[in-house]
Amino acid sequence: MTKLERNALGRLVPVEINGEPAVPFPGVRKHRPTGRKAAPPIRSCVDYPADGNKVVADLKTALAAAGLRDGMTISTHHHLRNGDFVANAVFAAAAELGARDLRWFPSASFPIHAPQVAHLESGVLHHIEGSMNGPLGDYCSSGKMRGMAVLRSHGGRWQAIQDGEVHIDIAVIAAPTADAFGNATGDRGPAACGLLGFALADSMYADHVIVVTDNLVPFPCIPWQIQGNHVDQVVVMDSIGDASKIVSGTTEITKSPDRLLIAELTARFCDEVGIVHDGFSFQAGAGGTALSFAIFLRDIMRERKIKARFVRGGSNKYLTDMLEEGLTDYILDGQTFDLDGVRSMRENPRHVNTSPFTSYNWHGKGNFASILDVTVLGATEVDLNFNANVVTHSDGLLQHGIGGWQNCLFAKCTILPIPSFRDRIPVLLDEVTTICGPGELIDVVVTERGIAINPLRQDLLAAVRGSSLPIRALADIKGEVEEICGGKPERARFADKVVAAIKWVDGTVIDSVRQVGS
Amino acid sequence: MAARGEAGDRGPKVRSDCWIAVEIREAGGVEIALESKVAGLYGQSIRTLVAGGCRALGVAHAGIEIVDQGALPFTLAARLETAVKRALPDCAAEFLLPMADRCRYASRRDRLRRTRLYLPGTQPKLFVNAGLHEPDGVILDLEDAVAPSEKDAARALVRNALRAVDFRGAERMVRINQGELGLADLDWIAPHNVHLVLIPKVESPEQVVAVAEKLGRLVPAREVFLMPIVESALGAWRAYEIATAHPSVVALSIGLEDYTADIGTQRTLQGTESFWARSQVLNGARAAGVQPIDTVFSDVTDMEGLRQSVLEARALGYVGKGCIHPRQIPVVHDALAPSAAEIDKALKIVRAFEDAQRRGVGVVALGSKMIDAPVVRRAVTTVETAVLVGRLRADWRDAEVRG
Repeated sequence: MTKLERNALGRLVPVEINGEPAVPFPGVRKHRPTGRKAAPPIRSCVDYPADGNKVVADLKTALAAAGLRDGMTISTHHHLRNGDFVANAVFAAAAELGARDLRWFPSASFPIHAPQVAHLESGVLHHIEGSMNGPLGDYCSSGKMRGMAVLRSHGGRWQAIQDGEVHIDIAVIAAPTADAFGNATGDRGPAACGLLGFALADSMYADHVIVVTDNLVPFPCIPWQIQGNHVDQVVVMDSIGDASKIVSGTTEITKSPDRLLIAELTARFCDEVGIVHDGFSFQAGAGGTALSFAIFLRDIMRERKIKARFVRGGSNKYLTDMLEEGLTDYILDGQTFDLDGVRSMRENPRHVNTSPFTSYNWHGKGNFASILDVTVLGATEVDLNFNANVVTHSDGLLQHGIGGWQNCLFAKCTILPIPSFRDRIPVLLDEVTTICGPGELIDVVVTERGIAINPLRQDLLAAVRGSSLPIRALADIKGEVEEICGGKPERARFADKVVAAIKWVDGTVIDSVRQVGS
Repeated sequence: MAARGEAGDRGPKVRSDCWIAVEIREAGGVEIALESKVAGLYGQSIRTLVAGGCRALGVAHAGIEIVDQGALPFTLAARLETAVKRALPDCAAEFLLPMADRCRYASRRDRLRRTRLYLPGTQPKLFVNAGLHEPDGVILDLEDAVAPSEKDAARALVRNALRAVDFRGAERMVRINQGELGLADLDWIAPHNVHLVLIPKVESPEQVVAVAEKLGRLVPAREVFLMPIVESALGAWRAYEIATAHPSVVALSIGLEDYTADIGTQRTLQGTESFWARSQVLNGARAAGVQPIDTVFSDVTDMEGLRQSVLEARALGYVGKGCIHPRQIPVVHDALAPSAAEIDKALKIVRAFEDAQRRGVGVVALGSKMIDAPVVRRAVTTVETAVLVGRLRADWRDAEVRG
């Protein structure tokens, strides 16, 4: 039985995860680690071909050369999203080589990775540390996985690697374009995806690095987002991914009138409290509501002739249009969502690559996320203390990863534009199922039924005094939702077994997820 | 064979709705098989509601199968009642949930009716947030948006929505069916604080009177307003008679899809073919002292086209427009509101008029121009409208003094 302790938010969390000690969350900005960062082993040019040609026959050859053994940690990345062929190929090859009890350390998983369930069942995989989506989330929530899942933010993943909490034995990096030396980029090639930033830490800290491409170009591959000097082998596959599922042709904004209303209220709020000013910065995700928010914000900026200094985010046509129209000086790109984003990254020097190190890493000398004037994010649940959940649904099932969500909470103003209920599922609750972000970092919740401002932000409350915006107490909106849905929902029933740990940005444990069902 | 009835919808695309099958049995009590996406959150609540519904409807023994995609209680209750009544056509009982306080507000004869948002009577997921988009009215539609086989289901849903859904101050309207079917619709909706009934395809004053008289019998203590819709050549010809058919008529509307078909042509963007009918309905309404209300604009993606259409209707004298999508509402409100230049001019006239009154001068002049009484009346209306729609502060006179 896992030993549990209550953390600063009162949540019971494991003090040991998969045999390693873990620190319960002591509060925001309280954990201060010491020591030195991890480092990969020293290598010598003696062991690498002087002509720079590191191409080997196939994945099996590369994994064998990397010294694949039982119990190793293998990492992959999600920049090919639901079109990724590489992660499945890696574990198929590892299974053929007879490896067992591996730890998969993806930057995120997608429904296309459902075959990993078979490897968990057969023993090739011991457990997964990364986002647990769809079928993987169902499997984990049912308590069948041998080890405990560990969910980290993008910044937290960098932190865990650099601090030595997660030692990567073999990193496999899917590269839309690469040369034989291992230089790689994501902004061109048949499987172009834009940015490879999620793989950067792995390239720097893993013992062994394999680049897999379907578009080998003569040395040098320009630009190089991944430096070949970190790379051990290069493998050429026929296709690393399904282009139609990697980036969308055009990003669609939401047609839902209710979501448009939420997005519009969010943009109006930003304007009325003075966030929208010359030289400001914002971040908006790729979800329908966040995207519509950016469009309403753009209209306000046009009308008032305001220019942003930078926009951070998943880039898409709407952001690149703003860049080209001169509404922002820069896009700081953390992830590229459509073909316009990929093209802009390739062609526009003001469309800049970032990584979880520059944008999100908490154990660094600052990061970009906290410089932002405003960030808008989603959530599956929010409670009366403004604590929010992004990983589980109200039925207790683990269904999503954290992404950059936790890291973005450090913006000067964090807004969650979310519906107050979905069908008959209340989003506003007395207590969230899982705490992923502490309420003290969540400033505003914008719902279709009103805008709730965290009482900790008296400055924002003062700024909206006399405004025509529908400002309401969170408890008031929650009460209305319960009236509509027919009372308070029953709580999900859980077994005792902890199936997943939720890490905070500094590596401490903010919450745990239990097996579903009693 | 056991009596059986089904209602509602199921399948992967269904949201905020449910499918319920009822099989009436001889014995064994009520047995519920529930499959719900919110079973963990509201499973007990759903079972309690269904058991209560069976008691209210007089069903003692039944097998009830439910496939629920997050239907709200008012929808579950309506689906259950429809399924039971399809199994037992003679069942006269009703299953009513308590009337919510948020549904008890009243309307006014002279309220703004700039926008009315159509809500198909069988789409409960569209009801709940309709009021958030701030239309002047919501129309729960029992007529064209509902297939003939679903009329019974729509009646139960619309009635339950009138008792449960907070439309946030919007006028609560129902469009009934034509003829006898429409008169029977009234039994379902009249007692539940419906503010206004739209009567479709009206061609004679008698149709209006029949609805008004039945409403008078059903809810004698409360006036339900009427908005006849003219949708044919004959209806247009008799617009004034229809508008004056009964004192409860507060507005007269025109429906152009059916009208253009009736006169043997097609609807165009320019609308030349309907110009006479629109003028006729407008003048009929104005002559009767009721609000003239324009038809719907059916391309929900063309906001500029909508704006132009509203400006044109406004130029003809119309004061309202039908909406089939919430995003049309602010566009219509904006296009119907007086412009800044119009407000400015109206304020000058009103001030000159008030100044002349203070000084006891009979003739109102602005600069060197004399101003006629109807011009003053129109300016007063513009100022009042500007205040009503938030384009002018209610205390504009004080603001003026402060400079």
